[in-house]
Amino acid sequence: MANSTTAPDGGGETRRDFLMLATTAAAGFGVAAVAWPFIDQMNPAADTLALGSIKVDISKIAVGQAITVKWRGKPVFIRHRTAAEIAQAAKDDKAKLIDPQPDGKRVQKPQWLVLEGVCTHLGCIPKGQKSGERKGEFGGWFCPCHGSHYDTSGRIRKGPAPSNLPVPAYKFLTDTQIQIG
Amino acid sequence: MANGGTGTKIVKWVDARLPIFSFMDHSLRDYPTPRNLNYWWNFGSLAGVVLVVMIATGIVLAMHYTPHAAMAFDSVERIMRDVNYGWLIRYIHMNGGSMFFIVVYIHIFRGMYYGSYKNPRELLWWLGVIIYLLMMATAFMGYVLPWGQMSFWGATVITKLFSALPLVGEAVTEWLWGGFSVDSPTLNRFFSLHYLFPFLIVGVVVFHLVALHTSKSSNPLGIDPRGPQDTIPFHPYYTVKDNFGLGVFFIVYAVFVFFAPDFFGEPDNYIPANPLSTPAHIVPEWYYLPFYAVLRAVPDNFVGQWAGLGYIIINAKLAGVLTMAASILVLFALPWLDTSKVRSGRFRPVFKWFFWIFLLDVAILGVCGAHAPDEPVFAWFKGFDYLTLAQITTAYYFAHFLILLPILGKIEKPLPLPTSISEPVLKGGGSAGASAAAQPMEKA
Repeated sequence: MANSTTAPDGGGETRRDFLMLATTAAAGFGVAAVAWPFIDQMNPAADTLALGSIKVDISKIAVGQAITVKWRGKPVFIRHRTAAEIAQAAKDDKAKLIDPQPDGKRVQKPQWLVLEGVCTHLGCIPKGQKSGERKGEFGGWFCPCHGSHYDTSGRIRKGPAPSNLPVPAYKFLTDTQIQIG
Repeated sequence: MANGGTGTKIVKWVDARLPIFSFMDHSLRDYPTPRNLNYWWNFGSLAGVVLVVMIATGIVLAMHYTPHAAMAFDSVERIMRDVNYGWLIRYIHMNGGSMFFIVVYIHIFRGMYYGSYKNPRELLWWLGVIIYLLMMATAFMGYVLPWGQMSFWGATVITKLFSALPLVGEAVTEWLWGGFSVDSPTLNRFFSLHYLFPFLIVGVVVFHLVALHTSKSSNPLGIDPRGPQDTIPFHPYYTVKDNFGLGVFFIVYAVFVFFAPDFFGEPDNYIPANPLSTPAHIVPEWYYLPFYAVLRAVPDNFVGQWAGLGYIIINAKLAGVLTMAASILVLFALPWLDTSKVRSGRFRPVFKWFFWIFLLDVAILGVCGAHAPDEPVFAWFKGFDYLTLAQITTAYYFAHFLILLPILGKIEKPLPLPTSISEPVLKGGGSAGASAAAQPMEKA
């Protein structure tokens, strides 16, 4: 089609070529603009996002005990650490870490460790919340699916998981109540 | 179908306007088929029949199923207990998934043994691999729908694979979930896509058949038909043979549906999904096991200790995911990796052995996928666990495609090929290969 209408000066570019390109570009932009709502509709909806924060009463958690609460469909571990666990976590700051991060950066108050309880490998729930469960070689958590070991600061120490158990955004509303999210 | 009085007139009237009858005549009746196809050639049409069975039962199940996290499990139990014949239709669908994969695996390995992917059938093979990929996606999403423990945790583990992608991983995973974990939005979209994908498969199957009818069927000798004496019409010769095979297949299928409906399933999937408790062993359905073993075989301390930028771009999880993807995608390159000009394994004395070793290798990978990685293979020898075995068999899997096949084609001396499909038969049998090829024709 284009080669039937060469430019008056004999050059390769014609008005028709330009219009063709401009139309195609405009159409392409239009397709992309229409495609976006169809892609974005799969992202978390407003009501899902609205469930983003919860309040938790932590006054009943004894030293050495841990509770699991559900936040955004996944478990959050809240552990009231013992003095020995805190000391161990601080000491391990200098150990060889897969995902290096000091314990001080992972807690707001040393006795309270708040973590997303989802293994960073493939999303299983690590064991170690209940007293009888296997806590792994580093006294924190152990993921039974593919054998990842986490320490008393929730840091990955051994196994296929690439990173530490993440710390969710949270704040202390009072000494006995925290808000997660 | 085109003989007779008014019938013929109607057929002709329709056919002049919409050539549906001549199309069917062309592709299901007159289609010239090599006269020496053996029973391994039944599995293509068998797969087509299973696809129809799956769509028919699936549409019925969708009439009773509720895709909501709080109601999905109960709605499946209601199908089993209260819906008239719901138990039968669900068991047909559930076992149909396994049957589909058995049939398709045989179909794929038949293609591998007889070199069906070689020139001029490369695109035919590609379309087959695409169908297989679509089947895997469809089956995965279907397995999530009953919302049992294995449904939920299988979905979690597999969708989490995408979080291994550098930089965009987390965003892609949340996009797939429609939330911050596998939940109702995930279930709902999986239901929608599980309904859609089989029809995509039907579409690719149509292309697969068009490509087949363009390059024509391969055959056990791997040589091209040289004329009408080498072929027979598809109907009645292969329709009758396919239908006989279908009868045998339905007997096997029915044995599972009626006597061992949960044979292929995991008991844990009859426990409702619980996002706060992971089952001790998450095991995928049997047809994914070899690939699951490949996923876990990548040694994490091997790549996991790379520092800095390298670690962000490729960590252990990503390496495992890439290896698993490569194990399937390598099939696309197969027509060019196999450098031998001879199609049929029957005339390739060395390849033949490596084919069976490869089949065994895939079977062992499947066994590895079913066991925990740190479990010893032999109770009396603790040092050899399933992870090590999976690593050896994964390495061999890739070596088969990337090293053995390219080299074999160059150094192997193939047996002499027969001059035509019909000649040894018409002469009353000659070489072993020719007499074996004659058997199906006598039956037909």
